[in-house]
Amino acid sequence: MADVLTFTPRGIYCPAGDFYIDPWEPVDRALITHGHADHARDGMGAYLATTTAAPVMRHRLGDIRLNTIDYGEVREIGDASVSYHPAGHVPGSAQIRVEVDGQVWVASGDYKTVDDGLSEPFEPVKCHAFITETTFGLPIFRWTPQDILADQINTWWAANAANGRYSILSAYALGKAQRLMRAVNADIGPILTHGAIENTNAILRAQGFTLPDTIRVTGDVNLKDYPGALVLATPSAIAGTWARQFGQAGTGFASGWMTLRGVRRRRGLERGFVMSDHADWAGLNSAIGATGAEKVFVTHGYTSQFQKWLISQGYDAHVVSTEYGAEDDT
Amino acid sequence: MKSFAALYARVDETTRTSLKVAALVDYFRTASDDDKLWTIALFTGRRPKRTITAGKLREWASEIVQIEPWLFEESYSIVGDLAETISLVLPDPSQHQNQSLTHWITYIKSLSTLDDEGRKAGILAAWDSLPDMQRFLFTKLLTGGFRVGVSAKLITKALAQATDQDAGVLTHKLMGGWTPETTTFADLVLTNDPTADLSKPYPFYLAYGVDVVDDLGPPADWNAERKWDGIRGQFILRGGEHHVWSRGEDLMTDRFPELAQLRDYLPDGTVIDGEVLCFASETPLSFNALQKRIGRQTVPKKLLTEAPVILMAYDILEHQGRDIRDQPLRERREILRGLLSDISTDAPIRLSQSVTFSTWDDLRHERSRSRELNAEGLMLKRHDSPYLAGRKRGDWWKWKVDPLTIDAVMIYAQSGSGRRANLFTDYTFAVWNGNELTPFTKAYSGLTDAEFREITAWVRKNTLQKFGPVRQVPPEHVFEIAFEGIQASPRHKSGVALRFPRMLRWRQDKPVSEANTLDDLNEMLKTYG
Repeated sequence: MADVLTFTPRGIYCPAGDFYIDPWEPVDRALITHGHADHARDGMGAYLATTTAAPVMRHRLGDIRLNTIDYGEVREIGDASVSYHPAGHVPGSAQIRVEVDGQVWVASGDYKTVDDGLSEPFEPVKCHAFITETTFGLPIFRWTPQDILADQINTWWAANAANGRYSILSAYALGKAQRLMRAVNADIGPILTHGAIENTNAILRAQGFTLPDTIRVTGDVNLKDYPGALVLATPSAIAGTWARQFGQAGTGFASGWMTLRGVRRRRGLERGFVMSDHADWAGLNSAIGATGAEKVFVTHGYTSQFQKWLISQGYDAHVVSTEYGAEDDT
Repeated sequence: MKSFAALYARVDETTRTSLKVAALVDYFRTASDDDKLWTIALFTGRRPKRTITAGKLREWASEIVQIEPWLFEESYSIVGDLAETISLVLPDPSQHQNQSLTHWITYIKSLSTLDDEGRKAGILAAWDSLPDMQRFLFTKLLTGGFRVGVSAKLITKALAQATDQDAGVLTHKLMGGWTPETTTFADLVLTNDPTADLSKPYPFYLAYGVDVVDDLGPPADWNAERKWDGIRGQFILRGGEHHVWSRGEDLMTDRFPELAQLRDYLPDGTVIDGEVLCFASETPLSFNALQKRIGRQTVPKKLLTEAPVILMAYDILEHQGRDIRDQPLRERREILRGLLSDISTDAPIRLSQSVTFSTWDDLRHERSRSRELNAEGLMLKRHDSPYLAGRKRGDWWKWKVDPLTIDAVMIYAQSGSGRRANLFTDYTFAVWNGNELTPFTKAYSGLTDAEFREITAWVRKNTLQKFGPVRQVPPEHVFEIAFEGIQASPRHKSGVALRFPRMLRWRQDKPVSEANTLDDLNEMLKTYG
């Protein structure tokens, strides 16, 4: 039997449906798991994404030919049946299920198994073959429960506020930033945002996501009016001169990489909060187990180690080379 | 342990010295004397004896989480720290104990009397009762090596503040071979008379580097000496016993047995600051000769005749049992000269001669002769400078020769560990040998974080082949490699080994075809090897 999905230099390809999933080279038809830049690239002839993911993709990629699909809805494309299922990674993110002649393959994109209180929670999908990320595919990665994390961040923020300092928290504009603003206690003080984050906030609010009140930092905003505020900014804004306007602020970063003391120190940050939008070791293992798949393809992260582990657990596991993942994966 | 863990967290989470000192001062004002003593010991590199091998710790941790050893090793290679890896893979503890730092150190010591099974039970019980940071630190105590971004200087500064005494005096008190088993906090820090311990060294005076000497004022104010390329050492002769200390406070007495003869030539109550170096026919040998003796605790006879060492004396800190560090350098050098002037040439000691010069240009010329004299450059010291403690600006400067450099092509990349866990930072470099590229060195420092990130992204996209953690990449990037020395090495394919290689610059302007050749390296070996 022919493979439902194949791995080509342009991306993951379905011959029966003549489409690609998250391709990194321009193709005619691209099925997109979620709106992050390493999965949703420009230059595709046509895009298909979830209804929730669409507005952010339009914002980021401009005037594209984009069709939308609801979670669970089945679409016939060529000889393939396609449906999207929540991946729990960011709002609108999906695993893509492709069925051809009774063979079911699932491409997970990026995912996490814990409910972050914002994204549609991950749903396991039964399949014969599962294509998984392994960004954090080593047993050293174990996520702190979200309520404990929220306590840690609130304590840090409140202590800085009591000392009259701002708390600058580095977070990616789509997903992590909104997850953080919903997790923290907004009674501690005002929340200021960098423009890239506030743009995404506006899009998500318009879609019906409830987010706490935030203030966009612009030249017109007098920062003195917001002492002790929590400042959410993208990592690149923090690396540049933008953060200097907040003086001797507390600095923190919420990422799975903050598990590693060395990585936090390299970034020169005071506080690292272990919060990721990817699955940890236990999450990857439980997700893969729940698919019932015998064949597993690992795409990015600690691929060779995770493949070896899967083989030792009795899976038919393979590493495929993709262009997903960057240091930005958090 | 809870308060020690809190101290560690506070110190670890900031890069600001003032906040680190503040955290330490708070701790030194509130902790028990025993805990304070151990904290000072740990942060100044005095760790408890290892009672359990690293191999056993890995084995037990893997067993608890039921992972195979290879997967534990893969994790370790990413984390870069054994104690951290163990504390990350272990499940949350099932109970909590709140005991002091000293308690846990005593606990570890008590395990040494038990058999393997008993030790294992003891470690597992501790792992299962200590939360995150405490478990990490407990394991760190087991594995030894306590590098936490706190220098001895910071510790001293904070302790001086907390106990209200002079930092220089305290630095001296904390030197030498004490351990928490041989002293108490009160004896060491509060009441101790540093001269009571005859082996105790003085803190070394260290210099910062200088590039432009013309701004240093009148040349006549300065004494210039060669910066000899050996191991900086302090020779102590008191009460008929001698000790040799390294700058890192390692006792090197047994490693350089020749220096014992100095007991017959120098008067008691003498402390000399100098350079231990290999020396033959009244000429310093290159560092390569000394390299054979580094790391050896005892020295075979053959090596003693092949690579004999002397003490090249720079300065005298104690004379006739009196601390003379406050006297000006001019006077100290005069005393030293007097002491060594009519000494037999059989004595393994020489005065490091002053380099005469009347203008900075003269000195520039002298500096350019450094390599041929097997020196690293020049030292500049004010004639009227006292002998200070630690690295200080102003009175002493080191003016090193420029490093040797070569343009090389990157051919392999490997990800780093610890601070560099998910970056490709360790590269292998090659030079042209005809149409082939011959690897000759690795280097992993010298680039900015932004450059490392850029190269990492490139490596991810341009991997030709993977060999375990090593990625072969296409020969596209040229780097200028700087190094301090070169020697012949039959163990390397290129036939040479470099000393302290690092990346000086990423030569994005240079095509690969213009990188240097193996012939160029061999030419350098002939000149400088």
